[in-house]
Amino acid sequence: MTSDFTRRTAIALGGAAVLTPATGLIRPAAAAGLAPTPTMRGGSNNYRPGAPIVERIGGGGFWMTGTVRRAGDGAPLAGQRIQVWAHTTEGHERDERSHGATLTDANGEFRLEMPQIVPAFGQAHGHLAYDGGDFRTVFLRPLMDSPNDTTLAAHFVLEPA
Amino acid sequence: MLALALVPLIVAGFSPLLQWRQPLYILAGFAGIAAMGVMLIQPLLAVGALPGVGPGPGRRLHRAMGGILVLAVLLHIGGLWITSPPDVIDVLLFRSPTPFGIWGALAMWAVFGAAIWAMFRRRLRLRLWRWGHTGLVAVAVVATVLHVIPVDGTMEVVTKWALSAGVLSATALAIYRRRVWASVAWRWPGLSIR
Repeated sequence: MTSDFTRRTAIALGGAAVLTPATGLIRPAAAAGLAPTPTMRGGSNNYRPGAPIVERIGGGGFWMTGTVRRAGDGAPLAGQRIQVWAHTTEGHERDERSHGATLTDANGEFRLEMPQIVPAFGQAHGHLAYDGGDFRTVFLRPLMDSPNDTTLAAHFVLEPA
Repeated sequence: MLALALVPLIVAGFSPLLQWRQPLYILAGFAGIAAMGVMLIQPLLAVGALPGVGPGPGRRLHRAMGGILVLAVLLHIGGLWITSPPDVIDVLLFRSPTPFGIWGALAMWAVFGAAIWAMFRRRLRLRLWRWGHTGLVAVAVVATVLHVIPVDGTMEVVTKWALSAGVLSATALAIYRRRVWASVAWRWPGLSIR
């Protein structure tokens, strides 16, 4: 019996072998990197650059917490400056005393005590900023699940500036 | 009726949030609540459905209250602007993170549009006047309700829902009484529409 492998078959096979990878649908396996956190809408509202690093904003009673990691490998970033502000029982967002900053610890975590956040402009929410300069500036505006919560967490994934 | 308009305003005066707000922010909030109270009375005045106020005086009062409504809305937005300019700019540019802010902006434009339309009432044919004004106030009322319900603010929840139901009902009642959809004077030239 004659072979079914004709020149036509060879051309079709060869063409397919060239075109299939060219479509880009086949890619070598790669670990999906941690994506950077985008700035949230309204996050930078009432931002005041350069708020001092403090042990506690005002009288305290509420904890703003979170983590700061690097995009891609997700490595925790220590010593990063995170600024926090909100409308609280002690002042409006625009008041200087409502703003404070802290640094992340060796695990890339931060905790800053501040006055109790109360709803403003219709939502109980906080503002956080990374504006250290080594990485791209990011503003976050997380919502509290309930106005009665006494803590709020926000997480940064930063990409190099 | 007047109670339904005033009670939410009075009850809001007991909100715990007030102690942590500066006077202008408080004023802005109450201007908004008052504006909504006016929205309850307005449609009833237009059709003479407010007890004790006949159609004639009702319509004159309706025009005056319309002006007051516009002022209340301006005071609401102006006070909020001074309290936090970036938040209000976000809303007016339709890029606010709060969806209810967008409804508020829509309600504001509808109120302004209805008021401007009213300034041209005498120059417009009846059908155009009626459909335009009614359409704009209907949008204003619905958008206002969608604006206030999600807001976590000084208005107490039960009275807020009651006032919302009230403004929707009052507007629907006025549209029904006036038979706005039947404003087709050009089809029946002899028909007189009150």
